[in-house]
Amino acid sequence: MAFADNIIEPIRSLGRAGLFSLSVLRASKPTADFFAELLREIYKIGARSLPIIAVGGAFVGLSVTLLGYRALETYGASNQISALVGLGLYRELAPVLTALLFIGRAGSSIAAELGLMRATDQITALGLMAIDPIGKAVAPRFWAAVLSVPLLTALFCSFGISASYLEAVHVIGIDAGTFWQVLQDAVDFRSDYLIAFQKAAVFGGTAALVASYVGYHAEPTIEGTSIATTRAVVNASLLVLMFNFVLSALLFR
Amino acid sequence: MEIQWPIREPSTRMRYVQARGDMLRAEKSRRRPHPPLLRCSKLCQCIKLIPLPTAASRPMPRMSADSTIEDFAVRFTDVRLSYDGRAVLSDIDLVVPRGSITAVLGPSGSGKSTLLAALTGELVPAAGTVQVFGKPVPQRQRDLLEMRKGLGVLLQGNGLLTDLTAGENIALPLRTHTRLPAPLIDRLVEMKLNAVGLRAVIDAFPRELSGGQARRVALARALALDPPLMIYDEPLSGLDPIAAAVIMSLISGLNHSLGLTSIIVSHHVRETLPVCDRAVVIANGSIVFSGAPAELEASTDPLVRQFLDGKPDGPIAFDTASRATFSRARVSGRQAA
Repeated sequence: MAFADNIIEPIRSLGRAGLFSLSVLRASKPTADFFAELLREIYKIGARSLPIIAVGGAFVGLSVTLLGYRALETYGASNQISALVGLGLYRELAPVLTALLFIGRAGSSIAAELGLMRATDQITALGLMAIDPIGKAVAPRFWAAVLSVPLLTALFCSFGISASYLEAVHVIGIDAGTFWQVLQDAVDFRSDYLIAFQKAAVFGGTAALVASYVGYHAEPTIEGTSIATTRAVVNASLLVLMFNFVLSALLFR
Repeated sequence: MEIQWPIREPSTRMRYVQARGDMLRAEKSRRRPHPPLLRCSKLCQCIKLIPLPTAASRPMPRMSADSTIEDFAVRFTDVRLSYDGRAVLSDIDLVVPRGSITAVLGPSGSGKSTLLAALTGELVPAAGTVQVFGKPVPQRQRDLLEMRKGLGVLLQGNGLLTDLTAGENIALPLRTHTRLPAPLIDRLVEMKLNAVGLRAVIDAFPRELSGGQARRVALARALALDPPLMIYDEPLSGLDPIAAAVIMSLISGLNHSLGLTSIIVSHHVRETLPVCDRAVVIANGSIVFSGAPAELEASTDPLVRQFLDGKPDGPIAFDTASRATFSRARVSGRQAA
């Protein structure tokens, strides 16, 4: 009995989450109110994540450059450093790390906000005013994440590459022309950069859906909200890492 | 200042009471529902006319022998409400006449909120039917939302959206459900806030309001679409005696001046009984009393007496081992899933 419950319960909650995602898509109607909410959410979860993404990108660029230089120098190939940094960032690191930083910064706040809305009867009140709470409170957050995570990823990449350039050219002493030439040859706009964008959109949507699902269904108590926040961060991060592998295997060749 | 009451001196108040009586008589002679905008202008007129509740100044609801089914705003027939297979309420037969104020009283945890959940369609009855204005409460989500446009619900926790100002909160249902131009909506919002005596707080956020003010803003929001049926879930919880009196006088004044039907769910017997026309007492999982407030006061039923007199010992178990609790979160979560 307990065994069956252990199998059935996760499948059931997976199904619930799937239906929740469908209802979010169904509730997204392009009304003036929706766009006003969307703009506000993009500012709240997108624009206000800019500093953390920029700093994160710069430091990741710096450390990958250092790591790559040590490895490549052994083979006398330190000129190729920008190819390594570029491909590493665009294909894997930037979308994943942006999504993880986004989850920590914005996913937790989505879960906490929705949990508190539940605890303070706001979601019930919306339903009783014949306003679909999913359309009003969840859909704008979801679309804001889908739109802003790719842009944040682009910012992450540009800060990563810029930091790498500073370190490689001005500290390590690689020729600036070589740095840019190798980067241009190695990274393709369509098969690397745009795919990073698509991955980022998927990760943003996943993060927002997981966070809003657990927040929306949180127990209406303080503990419930705190559990929902933790669960949002943990589940969304794991899902993003899993999806990253699947997408990398499917999209890159 | 907690109270921004337009009534300042007794002589003025008496004038208002008389003016209100004239208006009510005029309205009773017509007796037909007003379209929303007309009702709003009426609302505006009667803003200053809301007296403190007195039994004498109140018109009696229409309850005659020739009452047909249309005269009932709400009708519960043999309803059993259960949660997770455990019965919370059973054998509920209840009629709420149009135009009346009905108080649903009972100790905490007796299932009052569960009864409301069945009325608003959040909880589907395990047996029996719930009718609102002659039509059964729908189960399909879309029909349910349509039905709820005719319901005004004041929740115990107010449920004001914290990232919107008081004015925006009231404008929300208007903007969502009507195609009125923005200036008109602004005007309506002012009228609604004026009706609860709070026009000054239109730009305040809910966190800046006192408990009584927030409750009144929530009341204005519940009235936004001019619903014919108002439901108040514990409207007095957490309010001081003055704020409670203000809320009760608003409830009774609005009900009679706008021709609404009101259901008040409460355990505040002393404050609720003076304004209501009918009282229903719920205890131990079913209705134990239904009738006029005076009959309730005179009742000798030990269940009723224990509740009215607030005795710890009696037929109502004060501390039961466990009970099937109804949680809105779990029910709506189930609906969403």
